[in-house]
Amino acid sequence: MKALSPQERAAPPTNVSAPGPLYASRVKVYPKRVAGTWRRVKWVILTVCLTVYYGGAWLRWDRGPGAPDQALLIDMSAGRAYFFNIEIWPQEVYYITGLLVLAAVGLFFVTSLFGRVWCGYVCPQTVWTDLFMLVERWIQGDRSARIRLDKAPWNARKIALKTATHAAWLLIAAATGGAWVLYFDDAPTVARQFFAGESTTGVYFFVGLFTTTTYLLAGWAREQVCTYMCPWPRFQAAMLDEHSAAVTYRAWRGEVRGPIRKNVEPAPGTGDCIDCKACVYVCPTGIDIRDGLQMSCIGCGLCIDACNEIMGKVDRAPNLIAWTSIAYEAERAQGRPARYRFVRPRTILYAALLTLVAAVMVVALALRTTVEVNVLRDRMPQFVLLADGAVRNGYTVKILNKARQPRSFRIQATGLADLVMSPAEGEASDGVVTVLAKPDSIETVALFVKVRRTVLDGANKTVTFRVLDTEGRVVARRDTVFVGPAR
Amino acid sequence: MAADRERDIVTGKSTTGHEWDGIRELDTPLPSWWLYTFYASILFAVIWCVLYPAIPGIDGLLGHTNRRDLAETVKAATDAQAPMVDRIRALPIEEVRKDPKLLAFARTGGRAAFNNNCAACHQVGGAGARGFPNLADDDWLWGGTLADIEQTIRYGIRSEHDKARMSLMPRFGADGMLTPAQIDDVVEHVLALSRQPHDQAKAARGAAVFAEQCAACHQKDGSGNRELGAPALNDQIWLYGGTRGAIRDSVFNARGGVMPNWEGRLDEATIKMLTIYVHGLGGGK
Repeated sequence: MKALSPQERAAPPTNVSAPGPLYASRVKVYPKRVAGTWRRVKWVILTVCLTVYYGGAWLRWDRGPGAPDQALLIDMSAGRAYFFNIEIWPQEVYYITGLLVLAAVGLFFVTSLFGRVWCGYVCPQTVWTDLFMLVERWIQGDRSARIRLDKAPWNARKIALKTATHAAWLLIAAATGGAWVLYFDDAPTVARQFFAGESTTGVYFFVGLFTTTTYLLAGWAREQVCTYMCPWPRFQAAMLDEHSAAVTYRAWRGEVRGPIRKNVEPAPGTGDCIDCKACVYVCPTGIDIRDGLQMSCIGCGLCIDACNEIMGKVDRAPNLIAWTSIAYEAERAQGRPARYRFVRPRTILYAALLTLVAAVMVVALALRTTVEVNVLRDRMPQFVLLADGAVRNGYTVKILNKARQPRSFRIQATGLADLVMSPAEGEASDGVVTVLAKPDSIETVALFVKVRRTVLDGANKTVTFRVLDTEGRVVARRDTVFVGPAR
Repeated sequence: MAADRERDIVTGKSTTGHEWDGIRELDTPLPSWWLYTFYASILFAVIWCVLYPAIPGIDGLLGHTNRRDLAETVKAATDAQAPMVDRIRALPIEEVRKDPKLLAFARTGGRAAFNNNCAACHQVGGAGARGFPNLADDDWLWGGTLADIEQTIRYGIRSEHDKARMSLMPRFGADGMLTPAQIDDVVEHVLALSRQPHDQAKAARGAAVFAEQCAACHQKDGSGNRELGAPALNDQIWLYGGTRGAIRDSVFNARGGVMPNWEGRLDEATIKMLTIYVHGLGGGK
């Protein structure tokens, strides 16, 4: 066996920017309590997000009799989604696509301006991890107390504290999983059934599933989700450029680091950083921001608060770590005046896209009709030859009445010489079939269209169905094919 | 291959001691969560094999079988449908059609029964094929009312049932009842009846033969007779083809399709549902 030199024996330095091993055992992070501007912002956002999530399903919204009165509801069994005054049918999921596009472009936009603020402040992983850390701190104490507790042998106190922590986490996790299912059915009913043991297996399963995932992700996995599981850190580099603001250590000011010693003048060339590691201790992902912008940084800005507190104590200028851009700092490092560039081709493009998608969504919602018509041509049989030599095609017309009142519609067919339209059962009056559509439902009517064979001339033709409301307005026009025999 | 296990400088971990073309492998233990999950999976598999049938010939402790599962599922579905089916069985067919719920149920049930039993010949949707009548058009050999259709389904056509619809067309050519020239004339007359191009002189001669030999069943004007299952010859629908050659073939060899009787094979309710479905295909009278 080869003898190792002392250098080789030494543990590799933490947070080296040189490529390290692909996988490493998790080094447990013990974030220290911190106070300051960004911490306050983070508490406010956390409170708002959790309030919306836990309380959202309890908001009521009157939609009249026969309709659910829950403001936010995805009713899977009835195939409806409710968002305050908007009611979405399954075939309108493109609104959800629009929302997702909006969210993605919004994320790009904010990232190009301010870095990963989503990750640091709003992402559920961050919010719940923060909440779990708060609970952990309440029960087990701050960073050093937790480190001591973990190193201590198992005794009654340690068991009590650990049990209390995990019990509290599980309780929060259960509340989180429980709140999730409330959005899929009438919340008060679901809650009552849940505790009375009357809910379906599915409900209990999903509550259990989200309880487990919340507990594991926020209690155990934490920053590993951001570093290893989430794709966003991997492609954020494409959204950022040298003008994007991000949590940055001002190396030109801080270096060379040097500790403060009583009654000893710092050596010439010593920077503002006193190497106290306060920024490392408070970091929820356990990184050293002084190594520069890195993938594991979620951009929460807690190190700014920690550093400012220390700078205040040692009577140095604040914001040694700050939200700032690479370009800005490069200028400042040279001693030149610098300014931030928020208006850049990239941000203009993202803003334009954001506006465009939002405008499309608003217009689509504003022009959304309460009637939708689908015409399906019968394919079995393709066509029927009648005794008098005429050719008949069958069509199924589906009228979706999205209104909450019953409505009457008239259907006409045009496009072929002397065509005769009739309902599959009964007769048309004056070439018009009248349909009474029940509220909030789909009305299906089977129609036959008949033409002389000579009109077809051996080719497929187009026939047009028009659906009119009682005032005679055309609410839908649908072109479809009329098939006949080859000549 | 070296046999030395040595410490890796970068990770501080031991190597396996194996070396392939200068590449050495770290001896990294499996993550404990992975290992315990693996052990749990093995345990799960053992428990599964004990409880459920996993080895051929050995039943599990729970006595579970997929066959019984299927039988139970089918029985549950049948039981769920029973109230509707019972009402259809009890009511006259016209009454079934008047109840929108029963009608919708009968149409769906009828379609399933049709696709299982009838579509092999009549095609899905009743589209028909050469020799197998189209059930969606407005032409009927034996009548298109609910009663007619029900009778046809129940007893069949030229089937083995005593009450089967029965008729026989003579084989005019094969049995030497008409001369080839007479057959040619009759064919031209039939073409004339259905307003197709024809030889006028032959058709005129054929009219006399037709009146004598064919009109008893097919009627003088070729409009057919549904009591006898004699098809109309003056319309545009031809079960065996309407060309000169196909008509000559029909006259020479005669035609007579067979449909099985479904009484005894399908239950009362199914026959009623089938009737309603076929009637609603587009040609019901």
